Amino acid sequence: MEKSLSWREFIITRLIQSSGYSAILFVALIFFFLLREGLPALGEVDVSSLLNFRWYPIESYFGILPLISGSLIVTLGAALIAVPFGIGTAVYISEVAPRWMREILKPLVELLGGLPSVVLGFLGILVLAPFLRVFLNLPTGLTAFTGSLLLGGIAVPTVVSVAEDALDSVPRAYREGAWALGATRWQTIWRVTLPAAKSGVLTAVMLGVGRAIGETMTVMMVTGNAPVLATGLGSLFAPVRTMTATIAAEMGEVANGSTHYHVLFFIGMVLFIISLIVNVIASSVVFRAKKRAERILS
Amino acid sequence: MVDKIIIENLSLQYSDGTESLRNVSMGIPQNAVTVLFGPAGGGKSTLLRCLNRLNDLTEIKASSGRILIDGENILDPKTDVIALRRRVGMVFARPVTLPMSIRENIIYGLELAGEKRKSKLDEAVERSLKLSAIWDEVKDRLDESAIELSGGQQQRVCLARVIALQPQVILLDEPTSGLDPISTGKVEAALFELKKEYTIILVPHSVQQAARTADHAAFFLTGELIEYGDGKSLFTNPKQKKTEDYVMGRFG
Repeated sequence: MEKSLSWREFIITRLIQSSGYSAILFVALIFFFLLREGLPALGEVDVSSLLNFRWYPIESYFGILPLISGSLIVTLGAALIAVPFGIGTAVYISEVAPRWMREILKPLVELLGGLPSVVLGFLGILVLAPFLRVFLNLPTGLTAFTGSLLLGGIAVPTVVSVAEDALDSVPRAYREGAWALGATRWQTIWRVTLPAAKSGVLTAVMLGVGRAIGETMTVMMVTGNAPVLATGLGSLFAPVRTMTATIAAEMGEVANGSTHYHVLFFIGMVLFIISLIVNVIASSVVFRAKKRAERILS
Repeated sequence: MVDKIIIENLSLQYSDGTESLRNVSMGIPQNAVTVLFGPAGGGKSTLLRCLNRLNDLTEIKASSGRILIDGENILDPKTDVIALRRRVGMVFARPVTLPMSIRENIIYGLELAGEKRKSKLDEAVERSLKLSAIWDEVKDRLDESAIELSGGQQQRVCLARVIALQPQVILLDEPTSGLDPISTGKVEAALFELKKEYTIILVPHSVQQAARTADHAAFFLTGELIEYGDGKSLFTNPKQKKTEDYVMGRFG
């Protein structure tokens, strides 16, 4: 009896352990696969033409700058929309709304986060793009701005949900301390609660941005997919093409092993590295803030 | 002596059904330490939190009665709660110093109130730290982080932060519950000085502290005010059996 129990214990521990390790294994495998398929691109196309601003694979123009700039401008636009809106919503839910309102809003926001992005893209094409074309008097409604709006909408639930948790975990004593000193509700939020939840709110922003930059389906549907280098604010209202949309649109039709194929994987690598950087920044911010919080509370 | 605060038939019930105060009436005199004591769940903290309307932010099912400060009913919905809280300061059981320098902690409330003149702020820092009996310990490091201070020092900084606002009434909710005896002694000594200028209401963390500090003492049990009177006679010669049992340590 004793024997079989410890034996079972051993098996279960090992099983859990291996499923834990498998996450590391998968990430490593994906990365090596990306490297194996993407790195040859550097041998087949020289770096200067990769950094060109013309993407036209059929004529062997593999400049990825327009794609990177496309991704950046759409993501930046999305962040500018999602961050203030998301944090505002989180503050409202956590600090201002009465209890019954909170109980309605929170599940609704989470529901929004679960909406398939293709549905949002569909709405974008049918409703948002024609509206923007008429309203802003543009030649086409399929622009970076349209993508930003929708991506912002996709990122908002992530931002709200994480930021709201962070605000909620600020000790009540902080708020009461501020109230007892005669702080107004707004002063308490702005000068006590938000600073105290800073790390969580920053994580929320980072996760929201990460969600936006990796999003494919919606941007492919609504940004017009024109690989033009974004040069300024004006490009926000012109069609662009993002890295994700390029991979998704072209990977299916490319000849396996060709230069084009390798370059697409190279783009995947760039994307992987960008989201890695975002995640590392996010977790280091959280780590530092946690250490500080431990010092305060000890 | 003049009653600064008059509480009339105050009852309060939280929305989870617990009845916290039952028909409490008492007068709280100016320039004295009034101690509210009794076992946990007696309604002492609730009463404190009514006095600066901090209970507004908790879920309350029903409340009735009046609290008059200088003759004005502060439970009136028309009361300016922010102004009230500047008039009635509060110190909590766990010191909540903010992660900034000592000086910034002290002037925080004043800045919230819109005070910008540096001379006024400096004056307030020195005055309030002196009154809280911590000036000598921190005067050379006002710009260092308040978080590095010991628990007892932090609690006195919190007291100074309240004093800086020049309130009329100071509420203290078990201010020494986490402190060592020496720090506790310093806080109590500060109270002794402070009562010359302020009306002080203290929820002590022990009967001994209640007996040491009380000019007037009120004994609360399960939401009811059992006995209220002069500090000395209440602890040496209680009129109610329940008060006597508690003071003698027979229960609680």
